[in-house]
Order: sequence, then structure tokens, then C-alpha cells
Amino acid sequence: MNFDAFLPAAIVLSSMIPGALIFFLKEESHRLRTVLNMTGALVKLVLVIWMIWGVYDGHSYETRLTLAPGIDLVLSADALSVLFVALSTLLWLVTTIYAIGYLEDSPNRSRFFGFFSLCVSATVGIALSGTLLTFVVFYEILTLATYPLVAHRGTPDAARGAKIYLAYTMGGGALLLVGAIWLQALVGPVEFTQGGILGNAPEEIRGTLVIIFFVLLGGLGVKAALVPLHGWLPQAMVAPAPVSALLHAVAVVKAGAFGIVRVVYDVYGVQFAHSNGLLFALGIIASITIIYGSLMALTQDSLKKRLAYSTVSQVSYIALGASIFGPIATIGGVVHLVHQGLMKITLFFCAGNYAEALGVHKVSEMDGVGKRMPGTSLAFTLGALGMIGIPPVAGFVSKWYLGLGAAEAGANWVLAVLVASSLLNAAYFLPILYKTWFRPTPTQWPAEHPHPGRLEIGGALLWPPLITAALALAAGLFAAAPFTPLEWASLIAEREYGR
Amino acid sequence: MMIDLLALAVAFPLLGAVVVTATPSHARGLGLASAVLTTLTSLVLSLGVWRDGSVRSDFGGWGAPLGIGLQADGLSVAMLVMSNLVALAVSVYAGSYFSATARRHFWPLWLLLWSALNGLFLATDLFNLYVTLELLGLSAAALGALSGTRAAVAANLRYLLVGLLGSMTYLMGVALLYSRYGMLDIGLLAEVIEPGLVAWTAMALMFSGLFLKAALFPMHFWLPPAHANAPAPVSAALSALVVKAAFYLVLRLWLDLFDPVLNASVANVLGLLGAGAVIWGSWRALRAERLKLLAAYSTVAQMGYLFIAFPLLVATPPGLARDNLLAAVVLLAMTHGFAKAGFFLAAGLVQKTAGHDRINELGGAAQALPAATFAIGLAGVALIGLPPSGTFLAKWIMIEQAMIQGLWWWVVVIMLGTLLAAAYIFRVLGHAFNREPTPYRFVNDARTEIPALLLAFISAFVLGLIAQPLWTLLDQGVLG
Repeated sequence: MNFDAFLPAAIVLSSMIPGALIFFLKEESHRLRTVLNMTGALVKLVLVIWMIWGVYDGHSYETRLTLAPGIDLVLSADALSVLFVALSTLLWLVTTIYAIGYLEDSPNRSRFFGFFSLCVSATVGIALSGTLLTFVVFYEILTLATYPLVAHRGTPDAARGAKIYLAYTMGGGALLLVGAIWLQALVGPVEFTQGGILGNAPEEIRGTLVIIFFVLLGGLGVKAALVPLHGWLPQAMVAPAPVSALLHAVAVVKAGAFGIVRVVYDVYGVQFAHSNGLLFALGIIASITIIYGSLMALTQDSLKKRLAYSTVSQVSYIALGASIFGPIATIGGVVHLVHQGLMKITLFFCAGNYAEALGVHKVSEMDGVGKRMPGTSLAFTLGALGMIGIPPVAGFVSKWYLGLGAAEAGANWVLAVLVASSLLNAAYFLPILYKTWFRPTPTQWPAEHPHPGRLEIGGALLWPPLITAALALAAGLFAAAPFTPLEWASLIAEREYGR
Repeated sequence: MMIDLLALAVAFPLLGAVVVTATPSHARGLGLASAVLTTLTSLVLSLGVWRDGSVRSDFGGWGAPLGIGLQADGLSVAMLVMSNLVALAVSVYAGSYFSATARRHFWPLWLLLWSALNGLFLATDLFNLYVTLELLGLSAAALGALSGTRAAVAANLRYLLVGLLGSMTYLMGVALLYSRYGMLDIGLLAEVIEPGLVAWTAMALMFSGLFLKAALFPMHFWLPPAHANAPAPVSAALSALVVKAAFYLVLRLWLDLFDPVLNASVANVLGLLGAGAVIWGSWRALRAERLKLLAAYSTVAQMGYLFIAFPLLVATPPGLARDNLLAAVVLLAMTHGFAKAGFFLAAGLVQKTAGHDRINELGGAAQALPAATFAIGLAGVALIGLPPSGTFLAKWIMIEQAMIQGLWWWVVVIMLGTLLAAAYIFRVLGHAFNREPTPYRFVNDARTEIPALLLAFISAFVLGLIAQPLWTLLDQGVLG
């Protein structure tokens, strides 16, 4: 069999097969489970590196499975999909290590890691989808794979959170399905194509196409947590920390944002979307979400909820970047897909560590955690500074390009949104950092679990946030080096605008 | 060679029924042996049709108007494969599900039902179809009452009477056609039948009888109690196969016999009843307190989708789009067969372990019975119509056609049914998660859990992804 035609499928299967096997393992088979998990993660990483190399060289990879006449399941690689695949593969590896440490001795791990692997398979499938139909397929599988993870703890709270999550995502999925079929009924099978496929659409169906855009946006906006469709995200915080990390940085929210980018650039085409006013509408929605999420984050005392609302806000930078007509803003939006992932996963790892080691769940309990857990707090600080957009952490690069792009496109109101949002980011993150480093340590923590070793907490929990924080820093510091997210995003923008 | 296979697919289970009646002490072994033999025969037969096209055989040396003819084309073979695989899984499951005494009653009736089912898919004349239909109804009602509880007996007595009423109505239609045209073979009748009062009345009678048997809304009233109170393997067969047989016959008569007589208003009536079934069945499933009752109402709803296809079929001009639509309907029926059988088998395990099947008290099933919970989840994926199940592909094609034809009303119904299905399936799964753990072992009892799991897996992961052979198969006879 031709390897090029098999590579995209192999990347999906490299986590799906171990995942399926893990379900059958006995609870005690700790070692075998870890071996399966890590093998899958490493094999996937190798395959993805191979693919990056190939795509950079202009190679094309495509797996095509015909389901019915005119209905194909297509997995293929272009620059944008490779960016998302690389992000999710890398972060999955790190999160798996973290999850193994985090869930040590907790029940039902075989079920957990099984779905965990399915979840990343679905995400990678979304990234590699070559048609809208394929995208819908993996988008729905992602919902199915994450539901048991949110419900994992089995408490009434978890059941409630999972139910709300499901209600939102199923509704969104239905909208997406209707939009996708509608589009296909109108223009035939929708293959993602650089520059879009609707540029030559006849005048008389343009009105319908605009309606379909909003139907699709409604479906994607649920997972991307666009206001007012964001309600599930804070509720889903009941999930274990590694799940939150995955949901926010890699899988669910990103899948929605990625879908929006795909629809704007590779279905409608940025030119079509711009001239029909779709970009402007998207920009307004994204801006409202950015401000609203930040305002809500300010009022949260629960650390995970504050981070959740911060996600609502930050992910919309991606949509905002897509909504400004011009390659520089595109670079800013697309690169934020990666940067936000690196920073947000760091923050969630750290929140998990605070809860695990000290029982600290609230911002108000964080006085002096920096002295008690310096490593974790260092990572948290880097992530938070990046979110605010302070150089040289990665978040600065995203905001810089977004701002530059907005200025270039003459959208000055976007600059105002960026400034306001950055101030709000600072307002909800800086007090945490102040408490962490400058307040005296309390005599007693809410629920301390002393760690026997030399480190403040087990290595499997400490290293992942440090690594992701370092990556976020490196992505900012060396932004102009080859193969950085920024370089890759520039490549994408170049190809989308056809220069 | 092929001629023998047609007859054998009907004869093996019939023979098995006789043998297990004669030697009840070996009922399980012999029953399973006949099950395997029958399934293999059907599979080989289907493979032949898939490769070389439809086959027909006439018995007793007489030609079509007089002798007994059997025929296998793409449509019948698609149903045959699905039914026989499901029936095989049910047989394996039933082998360890029933106690020794119940087993002696189960196997003869079960093999009789299987024989009738295969006969129904292969028969070519209207009277033989009546015979198989009658046999199917009788053995099904007897099997349903096997658990012996008052509720089961009452429900299945009603089922028996409704079934008789249904087949009688069908027979009256057949008689009418016979008195007018003097023949019963579908193929021959199709050449001479012409629109008119006789054909109309016959069609109305035959379809009404079959609707009753297919539990099409609002004639579904008998189904939920009958299916919910039967023993789990029987419920699986009733919901997955027996009602499907009645639908198959509607489709068969629609395509092969009444085509010249039909018009859009008939199709719209069928579609409307189907829409009623989708909405009402899903709603009742959502409100059901017991797992098996939920599954039974879900069957009512799922049968509805099959009937929604008729107005779409009529609206679509012949060609690739219509072929796709037809394949989608068959795929939908097949997927539901696998899914619902898997669901019922798993529900039976839950009921056996917990001692009840009240949904609100199922806490911990996910931990205590992971395989059964998984089976319910996977079957649920197919019942909702989520990817990559066969239902998803089928619904995609149906919705796309409805949109192209501008029939938005059906899109709304299908989507509404889908969301309701998601609500009732996840209501079950939501209750499964809420307890502290018992030691996790994925498979506890392989002989009952694996069949349930496999059926559900096929519905959710296999049929949607490798549906291509179905198109090839339907090209052999029904399409084109």
C-alpha cells in the first residue's frame, strides 16, 4: 500500500487502537496501560514529524474512503491541519504523562485512558479532515469521547456538568450537520480548498450561503464557546484537571475555533466572506466574547472557573484573527491556536497541582503558594503573563500580529478591543500572581497532601507544566526561527492569500 | 448449487426446529448448530448474489404461476444478511441466558421464527408471503410470552391478535388481487396490474395489514408492552427483525408490485405516519421509566424514519440520487437491526444483574457491567444517528435529498427525532456513571456480553464505514 495515502489514517489510528485496547485492560494492569499510552503518543509524534517534513516539502498526503457514491471520508494534510495536528500530538503526549501522575490510584483508569485516547484521535481527525463531511464526523466523535471524561468522577456535580455539556454540544452538532448538508445540497461535496470553493458561486444563491454560514457558525460556536453559546464551558470544570487541560487547550474548544478558521478560509474563502459582510459579523461576535469572557473571569473566585472564562475570551482571538481581512491578522489568529494551547494547558496543569498538593481551589486561598510550590508557580506565572500579552511570552506575539493586522485593515475598533481585553486580562491575572509571590504563606493549607520526595509534587505532575511553560516562552523568544508556530502560521497565511 | 442454497436457508432452521423438539435434552447444542448452519448458508447465498446477481428457483417442477418460487435479489439478501447475523448473535446469547426448562420451549419456536423470516425475505408470491408472515407472527407471540409473567402473557396475547388481524387484512388484499388477475407471483402481477379500484383497495388492505405488523404509528400500541415484557433475547429479535420484516414487505411491494398504482399522496400519508412515529415514539422513550420500555418505544420511532423515506423516494427522479436514497433506507433498516438487538441484549444483562431495569436506579452499571454499558452506548450512537454509524450516513443522504427537493418539513422531523434520541439515550448513560467504583473488569460473562457488544459495534462502527458493498448488492436487482 502506498504509504503517503496511509499516513493521515495512521496518525488517527495511532491513538485510536491503543485506546480501544485499553478499554479491555484490567484496572490493575498499570504498566501495560502506561506502555500502550506512551507507545501511541510517541508513534503519533514520529508520524506527525514525518508529515510536517513532507508538507513543508510540498508533499501531499491523502487517505480517501468512499462511503457512498458522492460521499467520501477524506483525511489529508495541508499547512493548517499540520499545525493543529502537531499541537494536539505534542500536548497529548504531555497531558498523558500528567494524567498518569494525576490519576495514580484513582478508580476506573482503563475507562478514562480509553476515552482519553479516543478524544485525541477525534481531534487529530478534525485537524486532518479534508471535507466538511469528514469534519462533522470527527467533530461528533469528539463530543462522544469527551462526555465520559467530563462525567468521569460520577458525582452528582459531574453528572450535571456532563449533561449540560452534552446538551450544548449535541445542539451545536445538529446545527453543524444541517449546515453542512445544506451546503452540500447546494454546491456538491465540500472539500477544504485553499482560497475557498465559493468564490464563483452564482449570485442567486449568495443569500442562502450567508444563512448557511451562520448556521455553521452556530454549530462551531458552541464548542468554540462564542457568547452566548459558552454556557457549558464553566460547568464542564467538574472534570479532572487533565481533562480540563485537554478540553481547553487541545481538543474541544480548539476544534470549534479550528472549524471556524476552516470554514472562513477553506470553504467560503476569505475574499467571499469579506465582501459579503460575514467577516464583520464574526468580528463583532468574537469581540463581544472576548470582553464578556474577561469580565466574567474577573468575578470568579474558583481558580478553574476563572481560567475557564479566560478560555472563553482567549479562544475568540482566533476567531477575531480570522475575521480581519488581511494576512497579518490571519497570522495572529492562526498562531494563537498554538500559543493559547501552550499557555492555557500550563495554567490548568498548575491549577491541578495546587488542588492536588494543597487542596487550593480558590483564588482567595492562593496566598503564598509561590514559596510552597515554586516550580508550579513559576510555570503558572509564565502562562499568566503570556495570556496578558507581556513579551517575550508567546501571547505577546499573537496580540502583536492581531493588532498590526487590525491597523493594516483599518479596523481601529479591534485595537480598542485588544487593549481593553489585555487590561482585563491583567486585572484578573495580576492579583493572582501578587498573592502567589508576595503574600505570606498561611499556617495551614485547605487540604495538604505532603509529597514524600525532594520535589514539591510528583515529577509526572511537575514536569508537564514546566515543559509547556518553557515552550510558550520559546515560541515567543524564538518566534522568527524556522519551524516555530509563527513561521508556520505565516506559511499558512501566504498560501491562503495566494501570494 | 444456488438453488439448493435458497431452499436450505429456509429448510435448515425448520429442520432444526423439528430436531430440537424431538431431543429437548440437547436443545442448546443442536439449536446452536442449526443457527450456525443457517447463517453460513445465508452468507454464502448472499455472497453469490453480490458477485453474480439475483438467483431464483422454482420447486416442484412447476413454473411461476403455480409452483413455489424463491428468489434472492439485492434487497432480500441485504435483509437476509442482517437478520441472520443478528439471529446468530441472539442464539449464542440465548444459549446461556435461559434456564434449562425455558430453553426447551425457546429453541423450537425460535428456529421456526427464523425459518419464517428467511422464507419471507426469499418468497416471490403473495400467498407464500402470507404464510411466512403468519408463521412469523405466531412464533413471535409465543416466544414473547415465554417469560410467563402475567404482563408478558397479556401483552403477547394482544400481540397475537393484532398479528392475526394484520395478516388477515393482508390476505384479503391478496385475495382481491387473485380474483381479479388470477395470479400471485409478484413479478408476473407487476406486468399486468393497472391503476383502478381493485388495485387500490388491494394495496390499501395489504399495506394496512403490514403497517399493523410493522407497528407504524398510530398502530404501534401493541408493541411497547409486548417487546418490553418479553425475555431479552426475544425482545431483541422482535424489535430488530420481526417488525423489520413487515417493513421489508411494504418496501418490496412498493417497488416491485404497486409502482404503477402509487402516487405522491400515498407516499405522503406514509411519511406523515412515519413522522408521527418518530416524534411520538421518541417522546415516549424519553419519558419511559424502564430501560426495555425505552428501547421498545425507540423501535416505534426508528420504524418511523423508514417510512419517511417514501415521500422522498417519490419526489426524487430515478437516477443516482434515488438509488442512493433507496440504499440509505436499507442501510437504516439494517443498522437499526444490529443496534436495537445489541441494545436489548445489553439491557437484558443489566436487568439480570440489577434485578430490575428502572432507569433512575441504574447507578453504577458503568462500573459493574462495562461491556453491557458500552454496548448500550454504541447502540445508542447508531440509534441517535451519530457518526460513524450507518444511521448517520443514511440520515445524511435522506436529509440531503429532502433539501435538494425542497422538502424541509422532513428535515425538521428527522433532526427533531435525532435530538430526542440523543436525549433518551444519554438519559440512560447519564445514570450509568453515578456510583463509586466496583473493581473494573471489562468482560464478565463472554457468552452473553460479546454478542451484545459485537452487534452494537457493527451498528456504530462497521455499517457506516463500509457500506459500499450494499450499493453493489442493491445494484443486483432493486436499483437500475
